[in-house]
Amino acid sequence: MDLLAFAKGPALQVAAYIFVAGSIWRIVGIVLLKEKVDHSEPRKSGGLMAALKVIYTRSFTASPFKRATLYPKMLAYVQHLGLFAVIFLFVPHIMFFEGFLGFSWPGLPNNIIYLLGVAAVAASIALLVRRLTSPVLKLISNFDDYFSWFVTVLPLVTGLMIPVRMGFRYEDILAVHILSVVLLMLWFPFGKLGHAFLVFVTRGTTGMVFERRGAKT
Amino acid sequence: MKKRPTVGEILQAKGVSRRGFLKYCATTASILALPPSMIPRIAEAIENTRRPSVIWLSFQECTGCTESLTRSASPTVEGLIFDAISLDYHHTLQAAAGDQAEAARHAAMEENEGGYLVLVDGSIPLGNPGFSTIAGMSNVEMLKETVAGAAAVVAIGSCAAFGGIPGADPNPTGAVSVMDLVTDKPVINVPGCPPIPMVMTAVLTHFLTFGTIPDLDKHGRPMTFFGTTIHDRCYRRPFYEQGKFAETFDDEGAKAGWCLYKLGCKGPTTYNACATTKWNSGTSFPIEAGHPCLGCSEPNFWDGGGFYEPLSTGRFDSGTKLAGAAAAGVALGVAAAAAGRSKQAKFTKEG
Ligand code: SF4
Ligand code: SF4
Repeated sequence: MDLLAFAKGPALQVAAYIFVAGSIWRIVGIVLLKEKVDHSEPRKSGGLMAALKVIYTRSFTASPFKRATLYPKMLAYVQHLGLFAVIFLFVPHIMFFEGFLGFSWPGLPNNIIYLLGVAAVAASIALLVRRLTSPVLKLISNFDDYFSWFVTVLPLVTGLMIPVRMGFRYEDILAVHILSVVLLMLWFPFGKLGHAFLVFVTRGTTGMVFERRGAKT
Repeated sequence: MKKRPTVGEILQAKGVSRRGFLKYCATTASILALPPSMIPRIAEAIENTRRPSVIWLSFQECTGCTESLTRSASPTVEGLIFDAISLDYHHTLQAAAGDQAEAARHAAMEENEGGYLVLVDGSIPLGNPGFSTIAGMSNVEMLKETVAGAAAVVAIGSCAAFGGIPGADPNPTGAVSVMDLVTDKPVINVPGCPPIPMVMTAVLTHFLTFGTIPDLDKHGRPMTFFGTTIHDRCYRRPFYEQGKFAETFDDEGAKAGWCLYKLGCKGPTTYNACATTKWNSGTSFPIEAGHPCLGCSEPNFWDGGGFYEPLSTGRFDSGTKLAGAAAAGVALGVAAAAAGRSKQAKFTKEG
């Protein structure tokens, strides 16, 4: 079996099992936890609307911090939206998803995806530099932060190398790209990357709790 | 040893014009990526070389490779050159049969000891020698015996080069490729199902001209023909980059000649000269005719997933195992939550 067959077959297969089992474990484990008890009379009911409101408002920075966080916030948006487009709107990726989902959706031209990919890599590097140079961020960063960064950027870089090639053979660099995705899938549920599933759950929960307590959201 | 005619004499006798011959030499130089200054050298070498002795062995094959070379609509110079160099022993093309044919093979081997070329099409079954025999001899025996005194071996077609259809899963005959068996002689792989005729003769011409084997890639294929992918040379490539794909074989995209990636094109991982050298005397190639590349010049292309399955499709087995993984996740999650809840309860009590 050559490297590409290994990557597309057994490697991806095992990664998929672990990714699915791990992600569901994390999500179910959190969702089934007991709700916080109210120590005082709830001000409001704290329903779905409260959750949705905070999911929306927390997408923007509160005004006192706007200026201070403008730079990292912009970088984070470029990184996240770039990643989203590269993963879900690149036609070969859509074909990959269609392979097991059974349906597809329209994608973007490859040229645009390449641009967004480069932007996402550049933003990721700038964010890493910031993490390494800001004393506060440095202090609160651990292995999880750096490794999560690494396994996210690796598939981006190897993916961008496929059209450029740089002396590598297409099937070899494609195999390395898939294996880098395998690494990402293996780490995803267990590290901080899990926020991709949980970010809106946690924001919504915060919104509901805050509303019950009568806090301004 | 009787004096063999030169290839030039044979071509002349077959009525190939000087102009046609030089045109062939120029094309060969260009596809071998040689400078135009090499054209006279090629012409001289071909014209003056005594007909080299070539023994062609056919094992588990469909004769498609021979057909590819000999059934062009009008006889081409490459076809004639091939004729001129290849007739010592070839099951399909030789007039002799039975003992006579075997005697011809032995005679050619003895007379040209150390200097003849062996061309092989078809894979060799190791499972049971009875799966394929010639003159009572198993394929592996005949290959070993014939190759012993050869200068080099050329594996023609994907079966000889990599095992091909006979070697595809579950490989009932235990088929192997030439390079699996021949390790002490240079082996040149010219894969394809079938290979492009021009590529076959250009490899032979290279051998005639320089007396050496060309640069080979990691699969033993000449770099000049198998150095770039179909995708890198495909005229539909701009559509690929623009994201314009044919979705079915008869939609507007297919009619407009858009990229065939979604219809299963294996061009990106296939190294061959189809997109540049083309087929049928340079007329077109499969992608130009509207069909995705199957990847026929790659090892194990039969087992590389469905022909119409996009290249980026993962090769998962059943979804049931994935469902099993999901169920395991739920179980783990419930257990984790139960543990969490009891901790929560303890915490609230203590608090
Ligand atoms: S038709 Fe095939 S080889 Fe040509 S650009 Fe599309 S994917 Fe590549
Ligand atoms: S286009 Fe692809 S499948 Fe077709 S002959 Fe060429 S290499 Fe083989």
